[in-house]
Amino acid sequence: MSSDDVNKGRRRFLVATTSVVGGVGVGFAAVPFIKSWMPSAKAQAIGVPVEVNLLKLKQGQLLKVQWRGQTIGVLHRSAAMVDGLAKFGDQLVDPESKSAEQPAYIHGEPRALRPDFLVVNMHCTHLGCVPQMIPEVGPQPFDENWNGGFYCPCHKSKFDLSGRVFKGVPAPSNLRIPPYSFLDDNTLIIGVSPKGAV
Amino acid sequence: MAKVADNMSKKAKSLLQWFDARLPVSSFWNAVMTGYYAPKNFNFWYYMGSLALLVLVIQIFSGILLTMHYKPSALEAFASVEYIMRDVEYGWLIRYMHTTGASFFFILIYLHMFRSLLYGSHKAPRELVWVFGMFLYVALMAEAFFGYILPWGQMSYWGAQVIINLFGALPTIGEPLTQWIRGDYFISDATLNRFFALHVIAVPLAILGLVLLHLVALRENGSNNPDGIEIKKNKDADGHPLDGIPFHPYYTVKDIFGVGMFLILFTFILFMWPEVGGMFLEHDNFVPADPLVTPVHIKPVWYFTPFYAILKAVPDKLLGVLTMGASVLVLFFLPWIDRSPVKSIRYRGLWYKVLLALFTIAFVRLGLLGMAEGTPAQTWEMRLWTLVYFMFFVLLFFMSPRGKTKPEPERVTH
Repeated sequence: MSSDDVNKGRRRFLVATTSVVGGVGVGFAAVPFIKSWMPSAKAQAIGVPVEVNLLKLKQGQLLKVQWRGQTIGVLHRSAAMVDGLAKFGDQLVDPESKSAEQPAYIHGEPRALRPDFLVVNMHCTHLGCVPQMIPEVGPQPFDENWNGGFYCPCHKSKFDLSGRVFKGVPAPSNLRIPPYSFLDDNTLIIGVSPKGAV
Repeated sequence: MAKVADNMSKKAKSLLQWFDARLPVSSFWNAVMTGYYAPKNFNFWYYMGSLALLVLVIQIFSGILLTMHYKPSALEAFASVEYIMRDVEYGWLIRYMHTTGASFFFILIYLHMFRSLLYGSHKAPRELVWVFGMFLYVALMAEAFFGYILPWGQMSYWGAQVIINLFGALPTIGEPLTQWIRGDYFISDATLNRFFALHVIAVPLAILGLVLLHLVALRENGSNNPDGIEIKKNKDADGHPLDGIPFHPYYTVKDIFGVGMFLILFTFILFMWPEVGGMFLEHDNFVPADPLVTPVHIKPVWYFTPFYAILKAVPDKLLGVLTMGASVLVLFFLPWIDRSPVKSIRYRGLWYKVLLALFTIAFVRLGLLGMAEGTPAQTWEMRLWTLVYFMFFVLLFFMSPRGKTKPEPERVTH
């Protein structure tokens, strides 16, 4: 067959359709391999609620527990700590936690069901480090006018004792609050919302 | 005796002929070694490439041996590294080879890249050599990052936490993307296991492929040289460049001398000072990973700190991540940003020397600031040097076609 007999239009059509169909096929064939990287059924199953006994938690003490692989802090706040929250006002990015990730039943400055217990997801909203609690008021190496709160050692984000982020730091939003409720006066359960609440 | 030797060489010759008829042994050797003419004016800066190749071999060799004792599981990883250090015969040597090799890899690559800025090796017709080199650099960063997770110490864990969460800054796809990378809702056994697979097989294969492309693209036009002029413009009657000498034996011998000097330095660090005061091996990584406690002073290993400083300098999550990404991405486009008519710094004007000096100071200062605790004054300094870092490329783009140059010589100088 001489090259004059070649139907170039038909050849191009065949090459193009084969490429397109083949490309779509490769796309679908890739799905299982990409999906294999997602959290496995086993990883998804480990998400049971965690109970915390509050009796031994003294005022000013922070207890860290793990829930769904996240570090959750339970802080027993003194009355002075709760009262101190009001004074930050304009230094905060989102003082009323309007854009914060938190359950609907959490609101106001204390950001807690009971103002004396702050339950907070400790992972910094910047890049996920766990901030240190530095409750003392006074000059710190990273801030001369420190009023007590959480300080992230990774990128110097600062939060108050309600986990609200200060202005001028890399973290974009307040610390997250997980769903939680009280089983009785001294027992907290993380991962379960109060009855009737959404 | 002479007769025996003669017989032997005859036999060797016929053996070579047997192979040549079946595999292009001689012609390949000739093409890449004895028949390949490289500029005769190479200097110190031209050691880095071959030494980087040597370190790649050291890393693959020591890495294979480490894989035989290491356990990629969150429960056993930390202990298995301690086991290698304490119980495996010469395990300490193999592991220190691998950790020292990792840092030396970056030292060599940074010097190798700096050489390009000095002599314009990235400029036409070698743009692809530079681009493949940049892909290699990014692959090397990925390889170093994945490898750093494996000992499952505190810095491994929290380093991974920070780096993976960088992707979380992307709008909408961020959160699912980080879950896809981790294979879990937090850094866990699943994450460690897949990073092990990426570190020991996926990324090394990519690196080997890229090295091949880097070298094939390099050999197509031949090496640049400190004068930045093309030696192929002046050829002798045989078609060999007048300013070129055969790669073998001249540069193989030169590179072997470089290997000797390099190994003296390498083994000194390896035996005498493998941690380099917490620079090559960080103190906090001798503590097992604890998901509940972030180390007080968290920072990456030294070779990432310039980019880490750029991240820290920007007081916004998404912008910080994008700026850091841009600081690496911009390097890919260097061949097209640098529009100077001459290649080598020898024939560029004073303006380029000043720009390059400022850029070098910025990179080193950012590296040092990235390791520091971070006072407010240091944050401002990081912002200043980040600005200088990016201004280098902006000014280079606008000044390079106009800036003063000196006439290039016809033939290479020494």
